[in-house]
Amino acid sequence: MSEVRARTLAEKVWDDHVVVKGEDGTPDLLYIDLHLVHEVTSPQAFDGLRAAGRPVRRPDLTIATEDHNTPTLAINRPIADATSRLQIDTLRANAKEFGVRLHSLGDVEQGIVHVVGPQLGLTMPGVTVVCGDSHTSTHGAFGAMAFGIGTSEVEHVLATQTLPLKPFKTMAITVEGTLRPGVSAKDIILAVIAKIGTGGGQGYVLEYRGSAIRALSMDGRMTVCNMSIEAGARAGMVAPDETTFEYLKGRPHAPEGADWDDAIEYWKTLVTDDTAVFDAEVFLNADELEPFVTWGTNPGQGVSLSENVPDPSLIADPNDRANAERALEYMALTANTPMKEIAVDAVFMGSCTNSRIEDLRAFASIIKGQKKADNVRVMVVPGSARVRIEAEAEGIDKIVEEFGAEWRFAGCSMCLGMNPDQLAPGERCASTSNRNFEGRQGKGGRTHLVSPQVAAATAIRGTLSSPWDLQAELADAGATSKAV
Amino acid sequence: MHAVSVITGVAMPLARSNVDTDQIIPAVFLKRVTKTGFEDALFYSWRQDPDFVLNQPEYTGAKILVAGPDFGTGSSREHAVWALRDYGFDAVLSSRFGDIFRGNSGKQGLLAAQLSEADIEKIWAAIDEAPGREISVDLITKTVSVGDLRLPFAIDDYTRWRLLEGLDDIGLTLRSEAEITEFESRRASWRPKTLPVK
Ligand code: SF4
Repeated sequence: MSEVRARTLAEKVWDDHVVVKGEDGTPDLLYIDLHLVHEVTSPQAFDGLRAAGRPVRRPDLTIATEDHNTPTLAINRPIADATSRLQIDTLRANAKEFGVRLHSLGDVEQGIVHVVGPQLGLTMPGVTVVCGDSHTSTHGAFGAMAFGIGTSEVEHVLATQTLPLKPFKTMAITVEGTLRPGVSAKDIILAVIAKIGTGGGQGYVLEYRGSAIRALSMDGRMTVCNMSIEAGARAGMVAPDETTFEYLKGRPHAPEGADWDDAIEYWKTLVTDDTAVFDAEVFLNADELEPFVTWGTNPGQGVSLSENVPDPSLIADPNDRANAERALEYMALTANTPMKEIAVDAVFMGSCTNSRIEDLRAFASIIKGQKKADNVRVMVVPGSARVRIEAEAEGIDKIVEEFGAEWRFAGCSMCLGMNPDQLAPGERCASTSNRNFEGRQGKGGRTHLVSPQVAAATAIRGTLSSPWDLQAELADAGATSKAV
Repeated sequence: MHAVSVITGVAMPLARSNVDTDQIIPAVFLKRVTKTGFEDALFYSWRQDPDFVLNQPEYTGAKILVAGPDFGTGSSREHAVWALRDYGFDAVLSSRFGDIFRGNSGKQGLLAAQLSEADIEKIWAAIDEAPGREISVDLITKTVSVGDLRLPFAIDDYTRWRLLEGLDDIGLTLRSEAEITEFESRRASWRPKTLPVK
């Protein structure tokens, strides 16, 4: 037998899904294992099927949830906004007509599509996952090839369970070392994006490697992979390991019995071969990382919390300089202001980046027994109805309410403000979501992307803060009392 | 998607250049949840003017749009093609198209035929003489016939083949149906299934 070519993780998963190999520059036809559907990007896809008289080829590989438009308060009342209601009603009618499994508002499995797939055990290593949503990259945390698609492609997958695609290039992001307490997965990915830029990953699938990634939980790995898209990449992946298998075992749709053994045997082969070559490589030292925060209007415009708002006049590239100037104007920030002196009006704890149980635990552990700063509105939105129930069983809802924050129902919520959860014009928010674009959280709203830990510390102090600042305060308090 | 070969019908002139997709269909219509029924949205702002060509009785039921240069530039919205199709257009003639628009047209069965600017003007002149006249667009011979005039047009071979065969993207993929079914028969039983609900 001829020697097998050394391959990356991404190449292995890709190769195992090629139905028809493309020739002379034509795309490969790739099989899709799991198709996630939500109400915003699916209506016209179903309508296209209807017009062409086509069925959904594999309803048993398809699952839908309502998330982008759903209210997070009074979920049993009709949705007020006409466009939102229409999209939800349309998804319900389509799911019924085409035999697609749907988890509607009020259902125990309802939630953000990227939280629901993993929690049901549907997302697993070595599978292909698509969704009409760019943050589908989240699922790559399991060693899956997962990427977002447009509405025409949604229709294509519904009809054929395949997609014609050209292979992505591969980039290794190696993060070695140990994160200090208070520094999290979110800080890793924000630092990666600040390093390679919002276009740095264009055309690539990123593979996150190294000891700092291995040390992350599945929830942390999902946070990292989630924001691959903010680095411009189509997908992000982490090779599966014991952490992955541990997470999956016993979940409702995880393989069982002999299937589980077969799966594990295959999953263990899903690592990049030692001699495989990436098209690009990036290194990051985890030891040096600090809590991170964005100052501008794209996710690459970020600094460590201990730094100052950058001075655009020191930026050499004229385009970057102009961008920074525009961003500071929109964000109403002055160059050289210490990030920690920036006061916020709101804190949003949620979104597919940071709304899983561990994120809520991290947030709750910091706010426990504290009171939120006056004048700061704090909203905590679990990623799914399940996460909400799990958190309530641990008393997190009580901690949140005693802190003075709002405990909401699951959904995308203020990540994009398609529902009533929005910033008012000019309001400034520390948000655990993934996009700080102009107006993303509400027209005129100003977003600083942060980790759950930073969100918690900021909610306590009222200014952008890291958990380290709280410890400093406690230490100061200790020193004072000793002196007395 | 229907196969296209020869399109014969009323030709409507649109003597404007740089008609971008926002003019073909304004953004407010993007909120809809259907993929059809956009005929009322076509050239929405312009058609508010009773003198606009779309409102002239001679052009009722027009099938062929004869447009100025750089038709379909701007945002990538597929809705621009949907609106033209839904209104009843089977072909658009222009001396230059926006790239994405031309790609989208081929995928949705709308024939985007590229003629020289001089030939477009000849067609406009012929329509001027007899508004509401029919012309013919022959995809097999790649010619437009206007009375005795025979004018050549360009279209790439791949798109032409797809239109002649009536193949949309999905139709193309379904030509590999046997391979897909065969692949599915080998799919390991541990791989995820959403049904039955567990
Ligand atoms: S939480 Fe935000 S980023 Fe995630 S799917 Fe919803 S809208 Fe998109």
